[in-house]
Amino acid sequence: MSNPITLTDEATAIEPRPRDGRQTHFAHSRDQASEPTTLAIGVRDLNAWYGDFQALHSISLDIPANRVSALIGPSGCGKSTLLRWFNRMNDTIPTAHARGSVHLGDTDLLSRTTDVVDLRRRIGIVFQRPNPFPKSIFDNVAFGPRLHMKLSRTELQDVVEWALRKAAVWDEVKDRLASPALGLSGGQQQRLCIARAIAVGPEVLLMDEPCSALDPASTLAVEDLIFELRRQYTIVIVTHNMQQAARCSDQTAFFYEGRLIEVGATTTVFTKPKQQQTEDYVSGKFG
Amino acid sequence: MSSANSLATPTWRGDLDDRVGKYLGRSHRSLKLVRGRETVIYAILIASGLFSLLITGAIIYVLAIETVSFFKSDEVTFANFFGSTTWNPLLGGTKSFGIWALICGTMLVTAIAMSIALPLGLITAIYLSEYAPRGVRNVLKPVLEVLAGVPTVVYGFFALMTITPILQWLHSGFSVYNAASAGIAVGILCLPTVCSLAEDALQAVPRGLREGAYGLGATRFDVSVKVVVPAALSGIISAFLLAIARAVGETMIVALAAGSLAQATLDPRQQVQTMTGFMVQMASGDVSNYGTEYYSMYAVAFTLFVMTLALTMVGNLVRRRFREAYE
Ligand SMILES: Nc1ncnc2c1ncn2[C@@H]1O[C@H](COP(=O)(O)OP(=O)(O)OP(=O)(O)O)[C@@H](O)[C@H]1O
Ligand SMILES: [Mg+2]
Repeated sequence: MSNPITLTDEATAIEPRPRDGRQTHFAHSRDQASEPTTLAIGVRDLNAWYGDFQALHSISLDIPANRVSALIGPSGCGKSTLLRWFNRMNDTIPTAHARGSVHLGDTDLLSRTTDVVDLRRRIGIVFQRPNPFPKSIFDNVAFGPRLHMKLSRTELQDVVEWALRKAAVWDEVKDRLASPALGLSGGQQQRLCIARAIAVGPEVLLMDEPCSALDPASTLAVEDLIFELRRQYTIVIVTHNMQQAARCSDQTAFFYEGRLIEVGATTTVFTKPKQQQTEDYVSGKFG
Repeated sequence: MSSANSLATPTWRGDLDDRVGKYLGRSHRSLKLVRGRETVIYAILIASGLFSLLITGAIIYVLAIETVSFFKSDEVTFANFFGSTTWNPLLGGTKSFGIWALICGTMLVTAIAMSIALPLGLITAIYLSEYAPRGVRNVLKPVLEVLAGVPTVVYGFFALMTITPILQWLHSGFSVYNAASAGIAVGILCLPTVCSLAEDALQAVPRGLREGAYGLGATRFDVSVKVVVPAALSGIISAFLLAIARAVGETMIVALAAGSLAQATLDPRQQVQTMTGFMVQMASGDVSNYGTEYYSMYAVAFTLFVMTLALTMVGNLVRRRFREAYE
């Protein structure tokens, strides 16, 4: 993967997958869940702890490639914990440890020998609160590419523009690339963080409540973006917003107290859930 | 969090409701009393502010008055004071008050000290904040801070008894009193200040920034150097400036180890006299209390004051620049 600009044309997942002319209209997103998919991340019997406290109990879950998977569930049920094991973000928490297996293609994500730096390049993450670096807009997006690739000035400019366009902020920032990123609005900052994440050319994009700090208009912009991005990336999104999960995900997994209660096509989970708990949650009876 | 339906639903306890309801939302504070107290507190704060202002003003006033009487003397001229590098206040016929000899001594010692304290202090701070396990950090940081509390006279003897012999062993050109030995000791003295303040600045960088960088595949080194240090730059610069000010004003170590021969040299093996070194020699020596040489002490002090003031002001400017760029 030498030049991220050609990403659009390259298969970025581990296995080749069909690239047909899929409908891009928003409302049709759910139909695709029924099409055959390839596996991006496979979770088997994952248990995770913070110190003595077990936050995840025996999770087994498939994340399909080029789909949006939503993780839902009440506060404290372990969604962020699971997400942060996908790219080993939990390594930064001394008490966090896990047992089980998480695979990205052939790579065992939990293995001690896995190169977390390379792993995090392949699996990008966007956090709940926008966290742009106190640098210029340009330098924020260029941060990742500068770490991993040797690019000429013009190539770097191309990557930055490409990422900002993908993240739907280009038009708002194109005239002020050199000004501080912290001068942007919260919604713009979040889209900037998305641009920053995709600028290294990840295969998977993890999003932990990416819209919870945003106004409705920015939320819609980010949702549009997620829908658009899934054609190239595998997306896992944590959300508390049921409409959002229903609107922009193909697969939904419902967690409760560290356990995976139900997972299936989003349409099914929201209309004909198998578990009573799921039905209560998605219909707003608790949580 | 036992059953699904009780999760995140408030639970009521009737008796608690009743008890809390009796006082919740009331206020017994008398508005008059509150206002009176605020006024008193305000007055105390104003008074303490004025007090420190007054003290500072008095010090500057005394310095200025005595400096004026120094320049009134027939033995000195502005041209000599600011234009000469020969500082020779004591010898009758050949008296000369060229301040540059003392400024040069101060600068030399400070430069040596800072070339040790700044890089080492910052590197240690980065280690403590970004690399060290929490246990190590919790032990090392207090130890470092204790180092800052050791009386400076101890550092002075350390320079004279330990650093100087080592330097002389390494290179025979070092004299007994020399700028290098004093500079190194001042550097060690300033190290904890730099380290502790810089570490505070690094720790204040939000966790989210580090996670953002790690999430992009940055190594620990990338995160420290490309994200955390730049984000903490204004605090790091403050730490540096405080250390410089401390080195410029340090007295005991230079009085003991740097020597008492004022000369404009950049050779760290030679003995030098700093501005503070001269003042302590004057104030504690047996010179008369009214001679020109005695008043020269005030002129030197005033110059030192102007220098540190300039340093502080430049520091504030630089800091504001970085703050603008980073916030
Ligand atoms: N650093 C930590 N140390 C100890 N316990 C933690 C830590 N982070 C999370 N936990 C605990 O692990 C459990 C799962 O937390 P997690 O953050 O994964 O929940 P979540 O589903 O993302 O919740 P939310 O929707 O509120 O973000 C919670 O009970 C939480 O208290
Ligand atoms: Mg969470």
